[in-house]
Amino acid sequence: MMRPLLAVLRRDLRLARRRAGETLLGVLFFVLALSLFPFGVGPAPDILARIGGGVIWVLALLSVLLSLDRLWQSDFEDGSLEQLALAAVPLELVVLAKCAAHWLSGGLLLVLVAPLLAVLMAMPAEAMLVLPLTLLLGTPTLTLVGSIGAALLLGARRGGALVALLVLPLYIPVLIFGVSAAEGALMGLGGTAQLLILGAMLLASAALAPFAAAAALRLALE
Amino acid sequence: MPSPEPALFAAQALACARGGRLVFEELSFALAPGEALLLRGPNGCGKSSLLRMLAGLLRPAGGRLMWEGEAVAADLPAHHVRLHYVGHGNAIATTLTAEENLAFSTELLGGTGEHLAAALAAFDLEPLASSPGRFLSAGQRRRLALARLVAAPRKLWLLDEPGVGLDRASRARLEAAIGAHRAAGGICVLATHGDVAVSDPLVIDFHG
Repeated sequence: MMRPLLAVLRRDLRLARRRAGETLLGVLFFVLALSLFPFGVGPAPDILARIGGGVIWVLALLSVLLSLDRLWQSDFEDGSLEQLALAAVPLELVVLAKCAAHWLSGGLLLVLVAPLLAVLMAMPAEAMLVLPLTLLLGTPTLTLVGSIGAALLLGARRGGALVALLVLPLYIPVLIFGVSAAEGALMGLGGTAQLLILGAMLLASAALAPFAAAAALRLALE
Repeated sequence: MPSPEPALFAAQALACARGGRLVFEELSFALAPGEALLLRGPNGCGKSSLLRMLAGLLRPAGGRLMWEGEAVAADLPAHHVRLHYVGHGNAIATTLTAEENLAFSTELLGGTGEHLAAALAAFDLEPLASSPGRFLSAGQRRRLALARLVAAPRKLWLLDEPGVGLDRASRARLEAAIGAHRAAGGICVLATHGDVAVSDPLVIDFHG
């Protein structure tokens, strides 16, 4: 049972490493877009620190969105998706393995650079710990939910733009609780409840998204 | 037509609809171990749709498929692990080497690496084993896709125009592989425009 899944995970991580330019696109966008804010809003530290949490979260969300097309598109085009659907394990588990590889080569990088960006936004020192923690819980949910949207729009023309329209509204709860956990902790109000909700959303999407995405993939293959 | 020996894989009155249009209906066959089914006909007549249906990727609009007397639709995952499907896409990642591609496909299909070398040899791929997929020609990619058949042994082979892009020597290798598969009691269903020779197959002629 585990062998085919580990094979999927290994292959996708290997592909991500060999296509490093494409893989790093999301994290480069994250860093570059954020570095525009001090220019646009002005370098006043109090304003930057005030909006920092929200801006970093919104950009993380967009960055995940940007990388969603590499989840299924190339597999769909070259026929690999059919092989994945005929694998020795249920497609639902294959979806989970693909999402795990996608997060390890995308969302995790965002978590790792987040402390740096907190500094760029003149946020207090605790933010260097709190922000990555909220992203650590939130970005896998973004990948899982996004995998449904990307699978639904496989084969559609201009799919990328449509995926954004479809998926962004679903990202709102994650955004709200992610930002509020970070800000609550920074203002000394505590963010444990929000972190727990983020964790709950992660568990729920890990349990449900693979079924939805697998159903959408089967539809795309018909 | 029912065959005298017990059929391993059979279709009963299959129908296929694509985009609201009926492509074919009342299609039946019964295959015993070692038999081959050849699908012939002009483009767009439903050969590929039938193969996808036999693979369980496409739901029949009517009729049913039977394996050893059991309905295939009742347990699709069990059906998936007894078949190979080689479609139009070769399922080759351009940044992985030929060997990595084959090893991945094999593991994905639940196979172990024990037949890997034999599969590379069966389609003369050893010299290309460490070339990345993007440097392979169309025919070489096709051979790599076909090598999966040997790398992970399965009962039912569904091949959609397997001979496309193959040179004469490679076609002979494919024919030999199909022969060996049938000799071992396997079943092969293939759509072809006559470039791959199969000895005394059942034939379904599609009309456009």
